[in-house]
Amino acid sequence: MERLDLVVIGGGPAGMAAALGAWHQGVRNILILDREAQLGGILEQCIHNGFGLHHFKEELTGPEYAARYAKEVADCGICCLLDTMVLDLAEALDGSGDKVVTAVSSKEGYLRIHAKTVVLAMGCRERPRGALNTPGTRPAGIYTAGAAQKFVNIKGYMPGKEVVILGSGDIGLIMARRMTLEGAKVKAVCELMPYSGGLTRNIVQCLEDFGIPLKLSHTVVRIHGRERVEGVTIAAVDGSRKPIPGSEEFIPCDTLLLSVGLIPENELSRAAGVKMDPVTGGAVVDQNRQTSLPGVFACGNVLHVHDLVDYVSEEAELAGQSAAAYLRGEAPCGGTVEVKARDGVRYVVPQRLCKDAGPVSLYFRVGDIYKDVKIVVKCGEKVLLSRPKKKVVPGEMERLPLTAGILSQIDGDVTVCLEQKGAE
Amino acid sequence: MEKVYDVAVIGGGVVGGMTLRELSRYQLKTILLEQAEDVVMGASKANSAIVHAGFDAEPGTLKAQYNVEGNALMEAVTGELSVPFRRNGSMVLAFSEEDLKTLRDLQERGRKNGVPGVRLMSREEALSQEPNLSEEIKGALWAPSGGIVCPYELATAAIGNAMDNGAELKTGFRVTGIEKENGNFVVISEAGEKLYARYLVNAAGVHADEVARMIGDDSFSITPRRGEYMLLDKTQGATVFATIFQPPTKMGKGVLVTPTVDGNLLVGPTSEDISDKADTATTPEGLEKVERLSKLSVPSVNLRAVITSFAGLRATPGGGDFIIGPSAADAGFINAAGIESPGLTASPAIAVAVVKHLEEAGLVLIKREDFSSFRKPFPKFRRMSGAEREALIRQDASFGRIVCRCETITEGEILAAIRRNPPARDVDAVKRRTRAGMGRCQGGFCGPQVVEILSRELGLPMDEVTKCGGASRMLVGKTKETQ
Ligand SMILES: Cc1cc2nc3c(=O)[nH]c(=O)nc-3n(C[C@H](O)[C@H](O)[C@H](O)COP(=O)(O)OP(=O)(O)OC[C@H]3O[C@@H](n4cnc5c(N)ncnc54)[C@H](O)[C@@H]3O)c2cc1C
Ligand SMILES: Cc1cc2nc3c(=O)[nH]c(=O)nc-3n(C[C@H](O)[C@H](O)[C@H](O)COP(=O)(O)OP(=O)(O)OC[C@H]3O[C@@H](n4cnc5c(N)ncnc54)[C@H](O)[C@@H]3O)c2cc1C
Repeated sequence: MERLDLVVIGGGPAGMAAALGAWHQGVRNILILDREAQLGGILEQCIHNGFGLHHFKEELTGPEYAARYAKEVADCGICCLLDTMVLDLAEALDGSGDKVVTAVSSKEGYLRIHAKTVVLAMGCRERPRGALNTPGTRPAGIYTAGAAQKFVNIKGYMPGKEVVILGSGDIGLIMARRMTLEGAKVKAVCELMPYSGGLTRNIVQCLEDFGIPLKLSHTVVRIHGRERVEGVTIAAVDGSRKPIPGSEEFIPCDTLLLSVGLIPENELSRAAGVKMDPVTGGAVVDQNRQTSLPGVFACGNVLHVHDLVDYVSEEAELAGQSAAAYLRGEAPCGGTVEVKARDGVRYVVPQRLCKDAGPVSLYFRVGDIYKDVKIVVKCGEKVLLSRPKKKVVPGEMERLPLTAGILSQIDGDVTVCLEQKGAE
Repeated sequence: MEKVYDVAVIGGGVVGGMTLRELSRYQLKTILLEQAEDVVMGASKANSAIVHAGFDAEPGTLKAQYNVEGNALMEAVTGELSVPFRRNGSMVLAFSEEDLKTLRDLQERGRKNGVPGVRLMSREEALSQEPNLSEEIKGALWAPSGGIVCPYELATAAIGNAMDNGAELKTGFRVTGIEKENGNFVVISEAGEKLYARYLVNAAGVHADEVARMIGDDSFSITPRRGEYMLLDKTQGATVFATIFQPPTKMGKGVLVTPTVDGNLLVGPTSEDISDKADTATTPEGLEKVERLSKLSVPSVNLRAVITSFAGLRATPGGGDFIIGPSAADAGFINAAGIESPGLTASPAIAVAVVKHLEEAGLVLIKREDFSSFRKPFPKFRRMSGAEREALIRQDASFGRIVCRCETITEGEILAAIRRNPPARDVDAVKRRTRAGMGRCQGGFCGPQVVEILSRELGLPMDEVTKCGGASRMLVGKTKETQ
């Protein structure tokens, strides 16, 4: 049985950047596995532009961004098996510490691949209707925004003509514009929360520019129509997100698109025994993006949902480099202290750190909209870093670099929290 | 000369399906008539999926008799049809002294009905067997012969097996009139199509009263009684092992919490009389009730893991008991009506009884030499070993292409669903036969691919593929660029 140095599960932007990160550090025996027929992941269906502003300093479409990485992967001669679905990840029974990746494809059949290291880069999937438990009928015409995007952009078919969108995540916003450009009428975008979960630039460019109403603090309370959707009833919600009686409004439509959140695709990781963070839905990792299983790393949307692909690439490159270090036998200094999210901060990645890690960036999201706050990093009562911020919103991930100097002051668990400005 | 069928069965649910299969043992020309564009679109696809032990039905009723008989037949039937079935046992909880008395009554009923092994359990024993039950319980009733089965898989397999043995199927045939001509029944569809048969079986579910009236039989009426459910992700499937019932009280029947044969957790149903025989919408009140009541039995039930909710309609007969036998209006017309719960369980026994009634009415039954009661197992990649998977892919590469990733369903299985009896013609039909789209993402990802495969296999344009027949088109046309 051949033993690979690195198997990367998922060939989206995260998987490709991770493979390249390892390659540039001398790892050669790499295999990328993806169930799709081409590399690129979800970017293949994101034909709008807005990718790569940070990384390439220019505005690319999703496929263009992916193509740059795919070309480099090909130029380096990194092996890929496409149309190949990974079904299982487990530790080898022989005590070697190897991982066994089980995959299936119509060309190669049933595969069992041994690898010294694995990078998890499976991305995420959309939350479906069921998870919302919206009462009513179950007709045709209810799609997740991503499925609609695939129909329109890849297959060339329209899922409907009169559309209501529930949820103002980025994919929903992008699809509001896309459906409008294709001649559909987008009647409203309803958002349960008092703020949008999407990027501000998408609200402006995808809704405001087209006069599509964004109804904050609204939800769909009922779906109508037996065979095809005939309409939805929407209602305003109160502070505890319960529909307010009397505020119902019926909107006739033939399509309901859902953009109600993304869930990291971690069935494989869970089954393999990787320790998970209940808030992110992804693995618990240290600053090297190593999971609780030695030699298994995670990056991109499978680790936590990113809004910008540039950060995905950055994080994935780090994961690939860490796999290379692991293969060199450089005992990576694992996470010795915990990084905790407090007061307004929902989560922080990485969840573990060590003081000798060298410069590290913390990525986090807040739980609500806050204005004029300070982002504070503490170790016990000691303030390591305090940075003022005009506004933080749940829809935009924050990135906070910590220098080696700051890290060297760590002598216990670290917390990241928000403080009201001038509250000292 | 018109083709005259020996028997036409009206209604393609589990009762009609099992009856068709029973008839296909004999040298007969039989046909199943179903109004929807696929079989198993009524109560048989949306119910609790429990193979009831039989302690609930009142002794002496047809319900009690066929429940216990059907339960005993379930191993053989599911074995022959290659449908998964598990005797996980049923447990009824008591929350008060009064409930304990109810349990003793149920135990006595079970004894009278001939249900094997029914016994009372102490609180401690129940909790040690089912650690997630409420601490509040006072005791429980245990029936080891209770089981779980996939109802639509069972009904579809029965119909497929009958068709493999020569029975015919006509979907999209809504019976709106029945006449008599030269001693034969003339069955007329909504579209005006006519079909001739010597005998009819009325297995039309909630509509059975209307069908009976077509021959002048107005001896019974059916009220639709809706039951709403929530289905939870497979991560929750091991919350309980047995099927957990609540005791019937003046307040109602309570809800059950049960694993399904496919490894999910099911909670429900509500019970509400409605007037519209097609209203399977779920309601905020219903779902809220399911949530509240299920937590009484299993406080830790994780309703955040809901992947879908649905509702089914019980065909509640005015008289309370199943109506099985020849109509007073015409001896050649056999009713199998008012088949509410435990109809799924009872269906194999009801089918045997219906065929017996047909024989008594004059139908001559001659065994077919070439009848096979076995249905070739539907390929299930997800349940195969590595070696089996390897062999299957080598034989047919379409089994190496995973279409539904939540449930690990291959293209090969989808093709089998489209090609085997009874053939799948729409997205939901594929889903019921293969589970593609039944997992946690509910078809978000495999939906587009299933539409493509159906379009290719059926030679239909993509935008004519439907979710469940009729006007339920998945797509409304091409984009500007591709027009
Ligand atoms: C509609 C939409 C609009 C967006 N807009 C922008 C934007 O304007 N600007 C921006 O910067 N970012 C945007 N993003 C975000 C960006 O696209 C994602 O952050 C990025 O694609 C995540 O990369 P990934 O590699 O982690 O995941 P993915 O791109 O999802 O890749 C995961 C890959 O893993 C494969 N995979 C998963 N499981 C398995 C398995 N078991 N076996 C084999 N293969 C598997 C999948 O097939 C997939 O190819 C957008 C995202 C979406 C969905
Ligand atoms: C909420 C609920 C929970 C239940 N739980 C259980 C349980 O746990 N265990 C159990 O044993 N039983 C249970 N049952 C009962 C069981 O589901 C039914 O008894 C069984 O499915 C009835 O099957 P059927 O074939 O008679 O009816 P159906 O499955 O409803 O089939 C009738 C068919 O007839 C067709 N039809 C109707 N009118 C016409 C017409 N005019 N022309 C042509 N076709 C027509 C319909 O389209 C339908 O397909 C439950 C039922 C419900 C609703």
